[in-house]
Amino acid sequence: MDFSAAFLLAIRALARNKLRSALTMLGIIIGVGAVIAVVGIGQGAATKAQEQLAALGSNMLFVGSGSVNRYGLNVGSGQTKTLLIADAKAIARECPSVSKAAPGTATGQQVVYGNQNWATQITGTEPQYFEVRNWPFANGTSFGDDDVTQSATVAVLGDTVRKYLFGSTNPIGETIRIGNLPFKVVGVLAPKGISAEGGQDQDDAIFVPLSTVQKKLLGQTWIRWIMVSAVSRDASYVAQRQIVSLLRDRHKIRTGDPNDFVVRNLADVADAAAEQGSVMTVLLSIVASIALLVGGIGIMNIMLVSVTERTREIGLRLAVGATEEDVRKQFLIEAMFLGLIGGAVGIAFGITSSLVVSRALEWPILIPPYIVVLAPVFAIAIGTIFGFYPAKKASELNPIEALRYE
Amino acid sequence: MAISNPTTIESVAKSSGSAPLIEVRGLRKTYQLGETEVHALRGVSLSIAAGDFVAIMGASGSGKSTFMNILGCLDKPTAGEYLLDGIDVSGLAKKELARIRNQKIGFVFQNFNLLGRTSALENTELPMLYSRVSKKSRESRAREALALVGLAEREDHFPSQLSGGQQQRVAIARALANQPSLLLADEPTGNLDSRTAVEIIEIFQRLNAEGLTIVLVTHEPDIAQFAKREVVFRDGHIKRDDVVPSPQVASEVLKTLPTIED
Repeated sequence: MDFSAAFLLAIRALARNKLRSALTMLGIIIGVGAVIAVVGIGQGAATKAQEQLAALGSNMLFVGSGSVNRYGLNVGSGQTKTLLIADAKAIARECPSVSKAAPGTATGQQVVYGNQNWATQITGTEPQYFEVRNWPFANGTSFGDDDVTQSATVAVLGDTVRKYLFGSTNPIGETIRIGNLPFKVVGVLAPKGISAEGGQDQDDAIFVPLSTVQKKLLGQTWIRWIMVSAVSRDASYVAQRQIVSLLRDRHKIRTGDPNDFVVRNLADVADAAAEQGSVMTVLLSIVASIALLVGGIGIMNIMLVSVTERTREIGLRLAVGATEEDVRKQFLIEAMFLGLIGGAVGIAFGITSSLVVSRALEWPILIPPYIVVLAPVFAIAIGTIFGFYPAKKASELNPIEALRYE
Repeated sequence: MAISNPTTIESVAKSSGSAPLIEVRGLRKTYQLGETEVHALRGVSLSIAAGDFVAIMGASGSGKSTFMNILGCLDKPTAGEYLLDGIDVSGLAKKELARIRNQKIGFVFQNFNLLGRTSALENTELPMLYSRVSKKSRESRAREALALVGLAEREDHFPSQLSGGQQQRVAIARALANQPSLLLADEPTGNLDSRTAVEIIEIFQRLNAEGLTIVLVTHEPDIAQFAKREVVFRDGHIKRDDVVPSPQVASEVLKTLPTIED
């Protein structure tokens, strides 16, 4: 029997039992739909996380003042006073894998402009901070190195602060009050969004020269952190080792004693996030595969019923000259067709449901093209695999007994 | 496929000069039923010439059904030889047997065995689906075959819309579709009333007159009287093998029967 005739035969057989065929396909539809939705949502989330980490600044390392144990008392992280500006300078100077290092500290203050006021974080740092963070300016410029040495009262605004204090007016050149001190606004940063790890609004901050915060706002000589950029992403692990050994040396920590600082590599954070994402995708894919498997068993079940119901028909076909191969082909094509249509409807279902989810929960969705090709191929394969046994059973019927079957 | 309508049919002697279409020698068939062996055929030899019309009779269990299944290449003998049209069929593989059934044999069954929800035309096309016939010539040949059995106007009807006699005629058209050399009919009139039965036999006689070899299994001695030759089976042997002295002519008999609305 030629293929087109066999194909037509399969469509008619399935059309004869529309409800049954539709219910059988439902398993495959749900399976394929689930695969597409899961991959779409998973890929969307992974891409979003990657973007957020890239926004944080690639090849970035964070050095923070750490916990230290003195006489059995554990001081919390960020509480030691051993991290100094000199450490930042030494890191930039002596670690070959480091390109830039920006020291910094922070304090929370109330900020006032005209009749507007806003509580935000005041970050004291040096101009290279914006380069380390890979953070462009929307307006104006950074404060300069001179401003740092002179403890100048100049400020760079994050986008959120600008919105609350200035609205639509141009803040450059205006004077704001931080605590009791007037600061001149020299620059506004481009919006950066929510941070990947903490979930904080990174734009809700004001940046001023480090020495200004230390002398005029806090009265401290130590710093809280150093932001470091490695020469490349791959170099960030080497840079991490170099920084640790340099700081242990500078802080005179004896072998065996714990660090009084922490170094976090953002490549690590990115890898951890990616790892988490892929574990999630694998788990959800397993669930989706089980759904497909159940769909396949549904096909097998209904094909077995169909073979039994059509025993006489099979007997007749064999009697008038169908070979075993012809009969096997007929039932295989039917099973494949169930898989194919189920797969096609499943794609539509998966795309629709992931769009609905993305609308409702504001999740980003990314459906990779390969999955749209792969899912129906897989569905047809499932139809073929699970259709094979019923088809084989049909082809091996004894025509004499099949013709007598009531 | 022009149809002549002969009023008399000459009896053809079984030892006619032409080569036999069917040559069966020492045919045995043994089934294993649990512990016991059932001997369905215990050595049957028979020769049927091309153009013959043979009625096979016998009680149930006589072996006639087994014999028919072997003649139809649906079953293989345990021992013995079967030559169909000069081909030794007993040694063929399944696939080759399917081809022989498709090309050389037409089947007509007691319960018609038409595919439901499939038109008369498509039912007739069925054997051609399994041979290399294009869709176009499938249709035209199926139409010819339906016209031959007098159902030209019913080709779009489904079996459920046809009477028993009409259904059996579709089945005959289907059997003729691939222009076989042998027509095997297994109690073709068993489910039909007596007038319709004779109508079906009339078609067989017409086809036989054109040269088609027919082997027909029947329980009814009346029906056997329309054949040229009568073979009676008993306990797995041929008990009797006679030429029917003067076969009845179905078209003549029909004139004497009251017409029933079809």
